[in-house]
This record gives sequence, structure tokens and C-alpha cells, in this order.
Amino acid sequence: MITVTSARKDYGSFTALDDVSLDIPSGSLTALLGPSGSGKSTLLRAIAGLEELDSGTVTIEGRDVTDEPPQRRGIGFVFQHYAAFKHMTVRDNVAFGLTIRKRPKAETAKKVDELLEIVGLDGFQHRYPAQLSGGQRQRMALARALAVDPQVLLLDEPFGALDAKVRTDLRQWLRRLHDEVHVTTVLVTHDQEEALDVADRIAVLNKGRIEQVGDPVTLYERPANDFVMGFLGSVAHLGGQLVRPHDIALERDRATALVLDAKVPDSPGVIDAVVERVVPLGFEVRVDLRADSGERFAAQITRRDAAELQLRAGETIHARAVGRSSVVDHDPALAI
Amino acid sequence: MRVSRGTRLSLRVVALGYLFVLLAVPIGVILWRTFEPGLSEFIASISTPAAKSALNLSLLIVAITVPVNVVFGVATALTLVRGRFRGRGLLQAVVDLPFAVSPIVVGVSLIMLWGAGGWFGALDRAGFQVIFGIPGMVLATIFVTLPFVVREVEPVLHEIGQEQEQAASTLGANGWQTFWRITLPAIRWGLTYGVVLTVARALGEFGAVIMVSSGFPGVSQTLTLLVHSRYIDDHNTYGAYAAATLLMGIALVVLLLMTLLDRKRSDR
Repeated sequence: MITVTSARKDYGSFTALDDVSLDIPSGSLTALLGPSGSGKSTLLRAIAGLEELDSGTVTIEGRDVTDEPPQRRGIGFVFQHYAAFKHMTVRDNVAFGLTIRKRPKAETAKKVDELLEIVGLDGFQHRYPAQLSGGQRQRMALARALAVDPQVLLLDEPFGALDAKVRTDLRQWLRRLHDEVHVTTVLVTHDQEEALDVADRIAVLNKGRIEQVGDPVTLYERPANDFVMGFLGSVAHLGGQLVRPHDIALERDRATALVLDAKVPDSPGVIDAVVERVVPLGFEVRVDLRADSGERFAAQITRRDAAELQLRAGETIHARAVGRSSVVDHDPALAI
Repeated sequence: MRVSRGTRLSLRVVALGYLFVLLAVPIGVILWRTFEPGLSEFIASISTPAAKSALNLSLLIVAITVPVNVVFGVATALTLVRGRFRGRGLLQAVVDLPFAVSPIVVGVSLIMLWGAGGWFGALDRAGFQVIFGIPGMVLATIFVTLPFVVREVEPVLHEIGQEQEQAASTLGANGWQTFWRITLPAIRWGLTYGVVLTVARALGEFGAVIMVSSGFPGVSQTLTLLVHSRYIDDHNTYGAYAAATLLMGIALVVLLLMTLLDRKRSDR
């Protein structure tokens, strides 16, 4: 368990962390998700000891490490830009932590070989980082961090510098690795898809504060506020409310729409809108709409519904919210 | 921009001619004059007691200056790049001072500071001779060579950033281990080049050293002072050429050695 209590960090007039408290359960894979400048990286670096807090405490597995330097926190850290030791071979990079700890040579060699096999870099022992691809370098960095048997593994936008395909592969690989190794893992990302894909818990940060912590399903379906709702998944503005595009139903007949809408509590009502564009997205169809008020929004409906409706650009249609995932405690101050 | 063949050729001729007349010809003349009477004459001229003593003194000064500049130069570069403190701009300017101040001024100021009548003159009066002794020559040489290591290491430190060092610390390395295993190997190229420049300048320094040296042949003459005294005082033109050639030879050997050494290490 990692516990951060009342963490505060200012850079001049900019507040990176504003009284942040967070519990990260042992064995979980937690994502710190937020836009740039939200304080997510600062929080991670504070847990690692790479950033000193102005106030607040950090404990790792019950040990207060607030005043400990990084080398005495029992952590593994993976940087966005790999931080590979350029003058060392892959083997020496991975062995670094063990060499520092003066472990017997044979033990170190065995452990390094094991780890290189796990991360799929078997046979690359004698290469230098410059001779590896970005994805390979990051896997080497992961092996290097895991070599010292850290109590917690901290990853700072680990896939941010990689191209889309490698990124997807690597995060699924990380998920599988975590299922095998079970080390408490904290991952910083600005990519909601990545967070939903790999993490079993997500903490959403904004402007140095934690907006909500929970499992991906809860965050997606019962966001605490408009910010969380807007940051996790796409949203449409419908009659002054935020609605998921796939929670918008379209009806040809206004009377039917009104009857169905009456069954939904707190709905934004039936909105008349003009179809601007119909975009097939494979399984689903996105319908770009413009409300009478001039506000544009998009609805996402199934192929079958789209086929039934036979929508054409320029037609008027009646939109209503089915209203499943919406903000639980609507706080207008947080509206975006 | 299209440049006509004629313009290109004449540009090349001008550039080469400029380098030839200003650099190649003077060095060529010295080499030619040195080896004109034959190799044995050259060896005889550089193995007189005064020449041997001058060579030893020059090498001694280099041997003291280089380690001092390496230690303090790397420390200063680290302070300048990693430190966030008031007066950093001032420190930057101070480091460049030896580039701006004429060596002869350095010599004069050292006399005023360390000479018998200077601020630290008590040392001199107590019998530890700084000015007109080897310590003074070392001080003068350190002064003029101080910026080289700092200025060569600084950009490399900027470029490598701090992530590798931070990674090392998360892996259990303390500050000292991180410096030896990560920082130093990463800056070795810049450091090597800084050392080469320091050696070359330390060997070649004349103005600052002549001010603080007693200049006795066989006692307190460096190679540059020997070249000067042979030419001006003794009217021994050939001796001056030979000593100058020796000076150039050492600098060249140092340059080659450092390059080879580093190539060997990075090949590993």
C-alpha cells in the first residue's frame, strides 16, 4: 500500500499538487490520469522521491519515506524517454541495481537473463541502447527497474514516446506482466484509453487535485463531476447536460420521443436537431447533429438503428438522452 | 544560391591560401630549419641540461594543472548546469575571465597578490617562494587554463540531462556511485577535449609565466621560456627552433594519445 497524505507542491506561483491524499492498494495497477499540468507526474515523482514535497507525507508499505532519498525507497521507476544508460550494454543496464548492491556475479547474471527473457530481449544482452528500437529500450528499462525487486513500480508516461501500434502492444504486455508479477504499479498517463485498458484503478487529477478515484467502470458510468465525465470517454452537450454519445437515442416521431423521454428521470428533454453528417464507424454509426439552439453534438447509434432510421443530411430528427452514465453529483461550478 | 565555378574555385584558393600562409608556412619553416642540419643536431640541441630541465618543468606544470582543472572544472560545470542559485550569471562570467584578460595582466596581478609586498606576501617572507618559483608558474598556468574543462563539459551535461542520474538513484545508487558510474562516463568526451586544450595551453603559455618566473636556465625555465631566451638572449636561433619543435611534438603526442585512448574505450 502506498499512502500519500496532504501532499502539496508549488513551483513559484504554480501549484502542482494541492493537498492531495491518495491510497494505492498493494498489488493493484493504478493509473494517475489527467491533462498536462494536472500534477500527475509530480505526484508520481514525489512517491519516488525524485521530487520533494513542500508538505505532506508518503508511506510505502507502512514505512514513512517522506524524507528518504529515492535509493532507499524500494521503488522501480520507468521514465517516458527510457533514461537508458547509453554507455552500457543491455545486460549492464539491467544489472545496474544488482551491481550497486554488490550481489554475487552468478546470481546477477542469472537474474538478468531471466528478466531479459520475460521482457523479450533474450539475445540482446550485448547490444547498446542506441542499437534498440524505442519499444525495446522501454522493455529494457522495465527489466532494469524490476531487477531490484521493488516494492512498487512507478511508470511515468512509459509509452508516450512510442508510436501507436507499439504503444498498444506494450500496454497489453504490461497488463499481462502485472498479472504475473503482482508488484504494486502506478502508471501516469494522459491517455484515457490507455488508463481504461490497463489499470484496475484510476485516479483522475485536474489542476493539482484528485477529482475521483475508482475502478474504470465506476468512473465511466458514474463520474463524480463534469470534468471526470469529459476526460474519460467522449461527451455530447445535450440541452445543457453532458451525455455520452452512445446514450443518445434518435427518433423520427416527436410524440414517441416525448413518451419515451418521460420515463427517464432528470432528462434534458427532447431536442430537435438537423442531421449534418452520417459517418459509418464500422460497428457503430456517428451522427453529427445541430440543435435548434445552434449547438452541435454527435450521437453514436448502432448500425441496425441507423438502417431503420434511414438518416440523410439535412433532415430534422428528435434526440433524447437514454441517460445511463451521467454525473452523480452535478456541480455546476465544475461544468466545462 | 548558385555559385559559378569560377567563384567557387577562387573562394577555395583564398581559404586555402590564407590557412597556408598564416598556419602552414610558419610551422613548416620551423620544422625545416630544425631538421635541416640533421637529426643528431636536433637531438643534441634538445638534450642540453637547460633543455632537459625546461622539458621537465613544463611537464611538471602540466601534471599539476591538469588534475586540478579536471576536479574543479567538473565541479564548476556541475554547479553551473545543475545549480539553481543567485549569482549563477556572475559565476558564468567569472569562468570566462581568463579568456578576456591578457596573460600578462594575470602575471602582474599574481605578483601583486603573492609577491613579497603583496597581500599574501607573508608566505613569501616566511620562506615559501611563490612568485619567481614553481608555485607561481603553476598558479599562472591554472589561471589561464581554468575555463577549458568547464566550457567543454558544460554543454555535454546540458545535453545528457538528469534522467539517467535519476534512474541510477531509483536503482539504489547514492550520489557518489551515480557520479562515477553514470555522469563521468557520459561526459568523458567533453572532459577529454577539455584536458587536451588544457595541456596544449599549459605547455604553450608564455605571457603569464614569464612574469612570475625568475627565468634561470636549468632552474625556472619552461619550454616556452627556453625558446624565448635562446632566441632573444643567446641569439641561438637554431636552439630556439629545436625547442619549439619539441614543444609542438609534445602537444601533438598528447592529442594523439587522448584520441586513441578514447576510441579504445568507446569501442569496448
